[in-house]
Amino acid sequence: MAKIVVITSGKGGVGKTTTAAAMGMGLAMLGHRTVVIDFDVGLRNLDLIMGCERRVVYDFVNVINGEANLNQALIRDKRCDKLYILPASQTRDKNALTKDGVGQVLEDLGRSYEYVICDSPAGIEHGAMMAMYYADDAIVVTNPEVASVRDSDRMLGILSSKSKRAETDAEPIIEHLLLTRYSPERVVRGEMLSVTDVQEILSLKLLGVIPESQAVLNASNAGVPVILDAESDAGRAYQDTVLRFTGKEVPFRFIEAGKRGFLGRLFGG
Amino acid sequence: MSSFADYFRNNEAGNTNRNKTSAVIAKERLQILVAYDRMARDRPSYLPSLKQEILDVIRKYVNVDLASVSVRYEQEGNQEILELNIVLPENAGRVLEAALENN
Repeated sequence: MAKIVVITSGKGGVGKTTTAAAMGMGLAMLGHRTVVIDFDVGLRNLDLIMGCERRVVYDFVNVINGEANLNQALIRDKRCDKLYILPASQTRDKNALTKDGVGQVLEDLGRSYEYVICDSPAGIEHGAMMAMYYADDAIVVTNPEVASVRDSDRMLGILSSKSKRAETDAEPIIEHLLLTRYSPERVVRGEMLSVTDVQEILSLKLLGVIPESQAVLNASNAGVPVILDAESDAGRAYQDTVLRFTGKEVPFRFIEAGKRGFLGRLFGG
Repeated sequence: MSSFADYFRNNEAGNTNRNKTSAVIAKERLQILVAYDRMARDRPSYLPSLKQEILDVIRKYVNVDLASVSVRYEQEGNQEILELNIVLPENAGRVLEAALENN
């Protein structure tokens, strides 16, 4: 049975799709059969970030409605043969994702994949609820900024009360914090919440810290998941994050400004 | 002798917010907000309508407004405590009696 991982945040524009693309590619590069699903019905973008927008024929909603089978809708990544993408539909019918339909697709995918990454839309509407409902793990993408931290906390409340695991009294979803757009220089100047600040407020286990980086926009411009840019700080930070997600002990990088600061010592980076 | 700069520096020390960096202010605001949100999250969703209905009943007899009814909900272990506090206006006793007599 595959591990179902939701990439969520509540707030928009914090890096969910960038993270879903990077995590999917990273896990697949490690040899795990991985599929990334875009749950943002009506505003699909994962295909664009992954660079397969011109290969979309059928989508998630077509599969749920029985208009196409899974193999017709799944797009195999051209760079890594272990990675598949299930694009969202551009329909405006928000309720096209039914709970049973999503459950059936996830069950079918679970038979042949090790990881199913669910890229959640922003907000707490239907699409976001469907993306997190069946999750085993949740990666909560947060920017070190007040609105994002607050929305992440709200999302944590939803994960612990509205998910299938919560409703069936099963083991709770494993929650991970991924701090993105982090700028150590601004933290030193007292202009940005630090890693420890955000961790203290949300009481979450830290999965990774992705520095604010020009590489992210460059990668999305080209339709290449930023994790493939091994020269870039963001790319390497995502590689570390993926390794940590698979259970490896990896020291934290890119969280200290210039020279190794006290944060670096604190996290052994 | 103290300079102008010293004067302003001393003044700022007395001001709680001005010495803090914006990150410290952000953290304090979030800690309060998140604690409040989490409290509200655990409350049963019927509390607002319960409050409104209680208010409607009281209004049959006494003219009170929404602000004078407070509903507190607490959880201690397995026990749930619902505390209602209704502040009646000064002349409420007489109005209440009159209302009861009329009924």
